Amino acid sequence: MIAAEALAGGFERSVFDAQAVFRAVLSALSRPGQVFDLGERVRPPAPLTAAAGAVIATLADDTTPVHLDAAFAGTAVADWIAFHTGAPLTETPGEATFAIVGRPGGLTFDGFATGTAEYPDRSATLIVILDTLTGGPALRLSGPGIEGTAALAPAPLTPDFMALMTANRALFPRGLDLILTAGTRVAGLPRTTRLSAGGV
Amino acid sequence: MTAPAYNFAYLDEQTKRMIRRAILKAVAIPGYQVSFASREMPMPYGWGTGGVQVTAAVIGPDDVLKVIDQGADDTTNAVSIRAFFAKVADVATTTRTEEATIIQTRHRIPEAPLHEGQILVYQVPIPEPLRFLEPRETETRTLHALEEYGLVHVKLYEDIARHGHIATTYAYPVMVEGRYVMDPSPIPKFDNPKMDHSPALQLFGAGREKRIYAIPPYAQVVSLDFEDHPFEVQTFADPCALCGATGVYLDEVILDDRGGRMFVCSDTDYCEGRRGEAEA
Repeated sequence: MIAAEALAGGFERSVFDAQAVFRAVLSALSRPGQVFDLGERVRPPAPLTAAAGAVIATLADDTTPVHLDAAFAGTAVADWIAFHTGAPLTETPGEATFAIVGRPGGLTFDGFATGTAEYPDRSATLIVILDTLTGGPALRLSGPGIEGTAALAPAPLTPDFMALMTANRALFPRGLDLILTAGTRVAGLPRTTRLSAGGV
Repeated sequence: MTAPAYNFAYLDEQTKRMIRRAILKAVAIPGYQVSFASREMPMPYGWGTGGVQVTAAVIGPDDVLKVIDQGADDTTNAVSIRAFFAKVADVATTTRTEEATIIQTRHRIPEAPLHEGQILVYQVPIPEPLRFLEPRETETRTLHALEEYGLVHVKLYEDIARHGHIATTYAYPVMVEGRYVMDPSPIPKFDNPKMDHSPALQLFGAGREKRIYAIPPYAQVVSLDFEDHPFEVQTFADPCALCGATGVYLDEVILDDRGGRMFVCSDTDYCEGRRGEAEA
């Protein structure tokens, strides 16, 4: 039985909402450190948020398996994604094209596809739900898309986050790409971005 | 109104999602060619079907589109693609580089500096820089994986051995962020330096070859060369015959059958802008 909340709260104007969300995500991943506000385009069941829900509704479909972490167990989120995108849900991180991380304190990159040397694009994209993108401990960002350095202050995140991202960067051109979200806002952390502690 | 028989921007939503996912991975791996399920478009291969699909996946109702073909806004290819998007996406179009949010281009980068937030979409015929050196896709893919680019340097060296200088003048190979050798599409090598640390996002679409690749803003793009034969761009003896601009890329225009010719700006918008200023 599908809960009623899984059926409601999708895009109101799917073509134009998806285009606007995609452009914001494209901007976010091509200019790491900048934060983009999507507005409240979807109203998914908790603990999925407006930004994370909009991103998955924009990018996922029946060809992209989605993985949900333990934060979503027993909620209507799986049904909401299945109904609004048609994406198959998978328990196995290695099968996922997209993964939604609802417990960023326990974030791990273990098991996700990082692509191969020949096909580094066959890698997962992690959509991480946070409380804030600018109010946490400051991170300094550098790499493609950034003129000099940029700053981002996402929280809460696992204390290992810097080590995870450094290891991820070392895999280049393989690696995972992250879309960080908080409320209705998104920021991108593609595999190319180098992180260090402290602001700009 | 958008033509009623078509979805906004012509492509169906499933196709747009597939292209959008490819674009995001392309941005995350600068210079790497992402395979995508290129669709048939209502125009022949070679007319920019790759660029059109990228533009269709990116464009929104608030965008202002500029399309150029070899620098010109008023040639058949540019006019058709501009009219296509004006019809199927009902977007505003312009010839002014500064006003455009998306610029689709065949074989030129505008002379006016691009700014942050703009997207430059290149039409690409052969995306693989190693293709004429190694025809097998399985081999070129392995060469990219191993970062084995000796073949390209041999090609440039053979230019020097034969001509005394690097004779490659367009589609001049570049190294992106120190990792992938990339074909910049058949732009004149004059334009190569504009790709480096550009504030604009650069997206490349090859429809027939089914590849999308990208250069994020402020990314490092280096034209390949040798210490004793450094990369050089074309230079022109005379300024543009119409606007007097120097340091821009010029086209040769034949005037008669007795050898008469003139050199004029390839970028028509830049040339018109300068002539407008001169008159004002």
